[in-house]
Amino acid sequence: MAGGPAPPAPPETRPLSAMLLIEQALNGLQYGIMLFLMAAGLTLVFGVMGLINLAHGSLYMLGAFACAAVAAATGSFWLGLAASLAAAAAAGALIELSVIRRLYARDHLDQVLATFALILILSEGTRWLFGSFPLYLDIPAALSGPVRLPGGIDYPLYRLALIGFGLAVAAGLFLLIGRTRLGIRIRAGEADREMIAALGVDISRLYTLVFALGAALAGLAGALVGALQSVQVGMGEPVLILAFVVIVIGGIGSINGALVGALLVGMTDTLGRALLPVAFATVLPPAEAGSVGAALASMLIYIVMAGVLVMRPGGLFGRA
Amino acid sequence: MRREPVLNTLILLALLAVPLAAQALDEPFLVTLATKAAILALAGVGLNLALGLGGMVSFGHAAFFGIGGYAMAVLAAPVQAYEPLMTWPMDLPGTKSMPAIWLAAMAAGALAALVIGALSLRTGGVYFIMITLAFAQMLYYFAVSWPAYGGEDGISIYVRNGFPGLDTLNPLQFFGLCLGVLLLALGAMHLIARSRFGLALDGARQNPDRVAALGLRPARLKLIAFVISGAVTALAGALFADLNRFVSPSMLHWQTSGEIMVFVILGGAGRLFGPVAGAAIFVLLEHLLGGVSEYWKLFLGLALLGIVLFARGGLIGALAGRAVAHD
Repeated sequence: MAGGPAPPAPPETRPLSAMLLIEQALNGLQYGIMLFLMAAGLTLVFGVMGLINLAHGSLYMLGAFACAAVAAATGSFWLGLAASLAAAAAAGALIELSVIRRLYARDHLDQVLATFALILILSEGTRWLFGSFPLYLDIPAALSGPVRLPGGIDYPLYRLALIGFGLAVAAGLFLLIGRTRLGIRIRAGEADREMIAALGVDISRLYTLVFALGAALAGLAGALVGALQSVQVGMGEPVLILAFVVIVIGGIGSINGALVGALLVGMTDTLGRALLPVAFATVLPPAEAGSVGAALASMLIYIVMAGVLVMRPGGLFGRA
Repeated sequence: MRREPVLNTLILLALLAVPLAAQALDEPFLVTLATKAAILALAGVGLNLALGLGGMVSFGHAAFFGIGGYAMAVLAAPVQAYEPLMTWPMDLPGTKSMPAIWLAAMAAGALAALVIGALSLRTGGVYFIMITLAFAQMLYYFAVSWPAYGGEDGISIYVRNGFPGLDTLNPLQFFGLCLGVLLLALGAMHLIARSRFGLALDGARQNPDRVAALGLRPARLKLIAFVISGAVTALAGALFADLNRFVSPSMLHWQTSGEIMVFVILGGAGRLFGPVAGAAIFVLLEHLLGGVSEYWKLFLGLALLGIVLFARGGLIGALAGRAVAHD
């Protein structure tokens, strides 16, 4: 999953401390911000074009593979990161031009099937090129190792950098949408696409641009998270499904909703995995508490989603 | 429209002829392949009621497929371990009898569909697709992390469960049994589509407001259809687990949901025999392309993309022409 923390070693044996709690909260924040990068593209594409794109997870995977391949060839993580952005954006534009634009007028069922087909093509194509074995992407030297936070907690510098970098990208995205000409067009496209086409905006170019932007964000997230875990075929789909949960919670089409939903999902999942086994240990024998807690923790975000839907079927920031 | 019954008969004859010919040519593997096609078709028949007739695009039918599979394992595993199924609140032994397993699988599938459907039908459209997907994924992660039934490794049932009067270990007899169940399900779907309920459901898909104005409750109609759909797909899951004598979380995987949906669409959504044609083609492609290339899903993806973009209405739609949704 998107840079989720490695499952804590036998959870029932770890004491619950304030340090652990802060560490897990930071992990949750980092996880949530990476999920936001994924969810933002999905929700933008849905908001502007009305398209449900299952292949968004494949773009995440492509970004990770591009980064790993370029970093391995050049020895520079930063060149890899640039490559992931370029590769995912280019793939996104290409897919939009060749397939996706034929789907805007179709119903959601056709969109689901066509993008499901794209997943098969992109996953198997990547497997063909790179093989079934996972690639490994090293954390850049400048960001490796722990850093001591105020309060005496040692926390991986790379994860901290992800939080900072992700927040900066998120801020940039909000500025782009809120303050620039392109952002005005995107928001106008969400509100009334016939009208802005009638006003002389080249709508098909706007669509390609939005799709490529979403793809680039997904590719960036894939590359950033790829350094925390292995880079392999099939890494995109679990994240895609979580991104769906995020935008369902936040309200489909809403960028604010995606941010709130992503942080909620990231925090709930991470803290649930850390805390539930400990909480169950107070009422159950340790081994049982571990498995019950872990099983429940793995379902927790879906329970949260169901709860949100019962109260607000259109999501927290939804228009419905 | 007149061509569709002929086409349906041909599909059925082909499904019947292949295993018989395979048996005559002493190719038992082909019988197993046809059995797989019949079982996957049954899973598609279940989804077709929700998707084709009810217009509910469920991307989470792997949940019911997997629940059916696990129902089989939960009932049959205690027998092979010589343990009771439960001792509290009452003593209950496990069972190796297919009819009992099928009932349990359908009940479990219906119950899960009731809960998932009641929550998911609060929304519609694209939300429904994502939510059904998310609920199936929830069960997948539960199955992976719950150690009692093998967790990620799944669980093997060494001997196929029995059916009174049949030798289920004989591939041809097991195929006949699966085909019989498939035909029963197709018959039931035919009757449902023509019943008052089916007509109302068809109306609820096309225009919920008008159905509501007639004094019917579209949401309840859809929920009932979703529950029946889940039960049928769970039955297919129990049979699939018996075919492989193995259950694992992969039955609950999102890709399984996608494949069940592909059967329905490939054949033609809303067509009675759509899932049968779709599953047969899928199994055939898997077998043929899988023999040519390790990366056969790449070609499957290309074929699927071509069908969605250029051949709307699926195979039966292409061969039999446009028709009313359930003829």
